[in-house]
Amino acid sequence: MMKTFIQKVLTDADYQPARLLTILRALQAEYQHIPIDAIDILADALNIPRTQIIAVVEFYSFLHLTPQGRYDILISDSITDRMQGKENLLGYLSSALKVKAGQVRDDGLVSLNNTSCTGMCDQGPAGLVNGHALTKLDRPRIDEIAALVEQQKPLGEWPPHLFAVDDNIYKAGLLLNGPIENGAAIQATYTRGINNTLEELDRAGLRGRGGAGFKTAMKWRFCAEEPSEQHFVVCNADEGEPGTFKDRVLLNSHAEQVFEGMTIAAAIIGANQGFLYLRGEYLHIFDKLQAILQQRRNAGLLGANILGQGLDFDIEIRLGAGAYICGEESALIESMEGKPGIPRNRPPYPVTSGYLNQPTVVNNVETFLAVAKIAIEGGDWFASFGTEKSAGSKILSICGDCSRPGIYEYPFGVSIEQILADCGASNVLGIQVGGPSGTFISNQEFNRQLAFEDLATGGSFIIFNNSRNILEIVQNFTHFFAHESCGFCTPCRVGTALLKKQLDKIIEGHGSAGDVVELESLCQLVKSNSHCGLGQTAANPILSTLQRYPDVYEKQLKSISYEPGFDLDGSLEIARRMAHRDDAAAHLSQVED
Amino acid sequence: MSGTINIDGQNIPFEEGQTIIEAATAAGVYIPHLCHQPGYTPHGSCKVCTVNVNGRNCSACTFPAVEGQTIVNNSAELEQDRRRMTQMLFVEGNHFCPSCEKTGNCQLQGVAYHLNMLDNHFPHFFANREMDASHPDILIDHNRCIFCNLCVRASREKDGKNVFGISGRGINKRLIINSDSGQLKDSDIDVNDCAAHICPTGAILIKRTGYQVPIGKRIYDHHDISEVALMEEREHGK
Repeated sequence: MMKTFIQKVLTDADYQPARLLTILRALQAEYQHIPIDAIDILADALNIPRTQIIAVVEFYSFLHLTPQGRYDILISDSITDRMQGKENLLGYLSSALKVKAGQVRDDGLVSLNNTSCTGMCDQGPAGLVNGHALTKLDRPRIDEIAALVEQQKPLGEWPPHLFAVDDNIYKAGLLLNGPIENGAAIQATYTRGINNTLEELDRAGLRGRGGAGFKTAMKWRFCAEEPSEQHFVVCNADEGEPGTFKDRVLLNSHAEQVFEGMTIAAAIIGANQGFLYLRGEYLHIFDKLQAILQQRRNAGLLGANILGQGLDFDIEIRLGAGAYICGEESALIESMEGKPGIPRNRPPYPVTSGYLNQPTVVNNVETFLAVAKIAIEGGDWFASFGTEKSAGSKILSICGDCSRPGIYEYPFGVSIEQILADCGASNVLGIQVGGPSGTFISNQEFNRQLAFEDLATGGSFIIFNNSRNILEIVQNFTHFFAHESCGFCTPCRVGTALLKKQLDKIIEGHGSAGDVVELESLCQLVKSNSHCGLGQTAANPILSTLQRYPDVYEKQLKSISYEPGFDLDGSLEIARRMAHRDDAAAHLSQVED
Repeated sequence: MSGTINIDGQNIPFEEGQTIIEAATAAGVYIPHLCHQPGYTPHGSCKVCTVNVNGRNCSACTFPAVEGQTIVNNSAELEQDRRRMTQMLFVEGNHFCPSCEKTGNCQLQGVAYHLNMLDNHFPHFFANREMDASHPDILIDHNRCIFCNLCVRASREKDGKNVFGISGRGINKRLIINSDSGQLKDSDIDVNDCAAHICPTGAILIKRTGYQVPIGKRIYDHHDISEVALMEEREHGK
């Protein structure tokens, strides 16, 4: 039985080891885990070591070596979900289904756990059931879900409102306002000439929209100039930064234009194959995107001899499986090759040696969207918006404490004040700009502007009002990084885990004066020695709040010179239980008063 | 093609394709390291070899030497960071040097001596790790694994096998064995494989050899790891 199923999955994947993640996702969906026998069959069939398969299964949050429930429910643990009452709902769901978070119920029907931000921050609290997005969770919906699970109703028969995902576009700018006609950008590229189109992208001053801001035209030129038989175009839709969801909306409503931008990239760098790496959390748009690709093939916009211009190019969608690190371009490429998403050493950069060690361009969804529009309107048009160093517009995912969370597009250079006014935020304490890896700004900084030269962001914009607790925010982000660290390098693997311990110690009231000093020096160590952007930014939530709100940390400290790193009395709990004692002599005070 | 880089004020020649650590070693300049071993594909994970290149921190074992680089190797700041990262490795696993048969021959310990590490500084993780004594000749004590990947590379690149792999994510990393049972005895490792001898710590040991050289007469009991590494690794470069 299993053998037949695996054969089918392998055939569908054309026995390509690079498609290991796709294969494992299919097995996980079928068997709720990756059976040990399947690992052997796959190792043989794909001619890869068993260790690689196990390493991949253990790396990605959505793959498991032990069976999960037939209904595997994950609740998004982003700070915005928490602000929308996630903790309370998780408890409610847990008692309704009689299963604790992190466990599988004894009958194997259901499992429950937390998961990193699922990208539904404007319609949370959110979750996933067998990988499909659940939104706007509240008690009535949880009652409904619990009943459906107990009735063992197949997911296809669950009422659609549970899975409804809204775009929530509140402010459209130069990109969202004028979507292009299908094929128009490719046509414009060939009419103008490929080299001239690259010139236009250069003139546009377009910089990568994923956050790092590398000049797109320069990246593409480098890649085009690499002598190689094969070049690849990759669209990075592994939108994992907590608080970001604009790529989900772009792919839901403007996928044609994104694919068109990728096709232009293919024409420029000389690629025949492109990939959309879609985060696993966005499974709900997978079928829709596949259908769009098929329509484009039918219309002669993908496939052989596109628009009669002699360009052969197609796009394959690869789904992730729950790993924030895969948003880092070289980790994403590793993941596309069927490996754990561990960032590569650089140089060489992907433009020289990317997917299958061939020259590869990796860009964000929004970058490709902009490229298609620039191909039609020209570079000067784009550069006339924004600031000198940051041309064009930025599409923001705004969430948290405001009355209209959703998608907003602004020309670069817009002030924070303006954004807050538009989305209906008041009584604001501060904003996390660019997600946990970005910067926390206080309400004294609202005259700052959104631009690469001031506040850069990949799109995440989380607003906190004065009722919020800064330390809870920082704790959520710090735990997130420890959870998502790939574990490759020492300073990030051990450092993010130590940051979590040290911050928890202070927040739980076991810190003394030296502990904040130690926390800060640990932050610097992790920041300046880590292998990739994850480790280099993992300490940002602590550093940016320590700088702005030192008093918040100090208030947590005890006024003694030394406080042990653990709860002395708490550590005796097991001993007390074993000895059936709970008298005064069985307790220790933390410090002599 | 060749050129010159500058490490701590000293001009050092390099050849095209050399990494910073390779050029430094050839010139007799020691840069502390654990996951690097001449002749193996560079890994760049332990970060103990972090140097400052033109104002930016880089791993000397993976970063190519390029004409005109100004590199800081010895500075109080780098020394402190390297010490802290070594301490991280000590608290992450369970390292009890006095009772470990690798003591005195252990590179982790040797680097710690070199960096004047006097305590573990950080709170211990007390990780629950296992031993694999299943193989007749080779012992694995996972408590001492630092995920340097050398055994993985040795098995793949030198022995033409794939006995080891690193699995897991973040602080839950673990060394795994390529066999049905997951045990070493069922893998195709041989006691003469490079992978059985490459471990810089006491995680992979050859049975019945532990005390052939008495404690006190071992490598790092008498020589700083910088001397030993330079001597062995320059030899390799020739």
